[in-house]
Amino acid sequence: MQIYLPIAEVSVNAFLLLGLGGIVGILSGMFGVGGGFLMTPLLFFIGIPPAVAVATEANQIVASSFSGVLAHLKRKTVDLRMGVVLLIGGLIGAALGVQLFNALKAIGQVDLLVKLSYVLFLGIIGSLMFVESLRALMKSRGGNGVPKRRKHTWVHNLPFKMKFRTSGLYISVIPPVLVGVLVGILAAIMGVGGGFIMVPAMIYLLGMPTKVVVGTSLFQIIFVTAFTTLLHATTNFTVDMGLAVLLLVGGVIGAQIGARIGVRLKAEQLRVLLAVMVLAVCGKLGLDLLIQPTELFEIGAAGGH
Amino acid sequence: MLRILSILALFLLSTLPTRAEEIVAGLSQNRVAITATFVGSEILIFGAVKRESPPPEDSPLGVVVVVEGPSSPITVRKKDKRFGIWVNTDAMELAAAPSFYAIATSNTLDNTISKLDDFQHLISVERSIQISDNPFNIEDPREFTDALIRIREKSGLYKRLENSVKLAQDTLFETRIALPANLTEGDYRTRILLTRDGQVTSEYETIINVQKVGLERWIFNLAHDKPLIYGLLSLVIAIAAGWGASAAFRMILRN
Repeated sequence: MQIYLPIAEVSVNAFLLLGLGGIVGILSGMFGVGGGFLMTPLLFFIGIPPAVAVATEANQIVASSFSGVLAHLKRKTVDLRMGVVLLIGGLIGAALGVQLFNALKAIGQVDLLVKLSYVLFLGIIGSLMFVESLRALMKSRGGNGVPKRRKHTWVHNLPFKMKFRTSGLYISVIPPVLVGVLVGILAAIMGVGGGFIMVPAMIYLLGMPTKVVVGTSLFQIIFVTAFTTLLHATTNFTVDMGLAVLLLVGGVIGAQIGARIGVRLKAEQLRVLLAVMVLAVCGKLGLDLLIQPTELFEIGAAGGH
Repeated sequence: MLRILSILALFLLSTLPTRAEEIVAGLSQNRVAITATFVGSEILIFGAVKRESPPPEDSPLGVVVVVEGPSSPITVRKKDKRFGIWVNTDAMELAAAPSFYAIATSNTLDNTISKLDDFQHLISVERSIQISDNPFNIEDPREFTDALIRIREKSGLYKRLENSVKLAQDTLFETRIALPANLTEGDYRTRILLTRDGQVTSEYETIINVQKVGLERWIFNLAHDKPLIYGLLSLVIAIAAGWGASAAFRMILRN
């Protein structure tokens, strides 16, 4: 069934969108990631204009994270204080990101920016995750690893310290705000929630306990992506309601199935799989930049709109 | 007296071909509504040649049908290899380029209309693309307009449909023009030209109106007129849809 998307102004198959949403949903349910980093490139591949894909994906992330946040709030695994600090950074980052996005759109470099960001971040995160999870996999085979003790790093020597009771931390607000800014910028230009950056940063940089990490990051993501959606909707008019709803319905159902598959696999195996997938997306986007395209020209709207 | 008469006769003869044949034409529809399930549309353009005297025998009749979508300024960008990767380097602004352009002819384009008349009546798509100012920084502007035409031909927005106008008994003609699903809204100027020996003898013009309707219209208007409300509404709808889908799925699983 073909459906005409009012904002993207293209006609696509509704079942294709439901299916894409479903597959990405299964993966995100299995691995506990948002899936924005997979969905946005897939939308490029099926011919949705990049600006619409990024803005609409932000809208979709809000909705798909919503029930997750509620569940975490109920279980009290959200560090609200830390969440708000991250959020302040995130809002600043999102505003900067949308500005950057619009400025580069005017000079025709936005595609390059989006793709380079993907290659860079997916490459770094994918390789780190791959190495780390392989090591963990080896260790789990070799016997019990020694539990790591929390180290005292440079992060703990910065000013403006604040007490985060839920996380059991007393640290400066500067690192979390900076992490928030980075995630906000990424949300605006890449159409991702940024969980794949924030979760490792919270664990390794801020030293937060693992049990509050996911809930807190979801809490931050939901507000930052909602803000990003509104910024894109008011400055670029690129949020497609129809597209978001179709992706979402598939995505939510997929996530439920994925969560049930995920329970049956080992955490280390899951992480290796996720790392391989992240590297595959990174490789595909990287190759597109390196190989000479068959069509050297492209058509864009004049005046940056 | 005789001389005046003969001059008059010559004058009449020379003007005759332009007056003798006229187009009577119709379209299967002059409104295209873009709905949620719009997959493109095919328009039948048909008509007849009305004439008061028998047609000239030696010069062949030709029909050219041109459908042109609304024009807008665009930028064409060219990629080049920088630091090992392919990035946009050169750009050319075009003052106006039609969003859709279809030419249907009864023979090959060159056999139906002469170069001069093509130029005067702005038939080929090249004539409808306006380069804004002299682009000094661009070495070869032709390269950019050619690329524009190539890309839009590939995506079915520009088409040259030679030998597609069916002519019956030198009087009746018809052709079908398919409008793709990714149409731009606006008035589509539709021209039908009659040629004899490649020269235009009669012209007919009408408009096909393409518009989003219903829900599509409402969403598009809201997104552009009240973007903040639209943005908030998208969030609410998306959250509701997500919640609803997961609730429904859990209910199905439980049963």
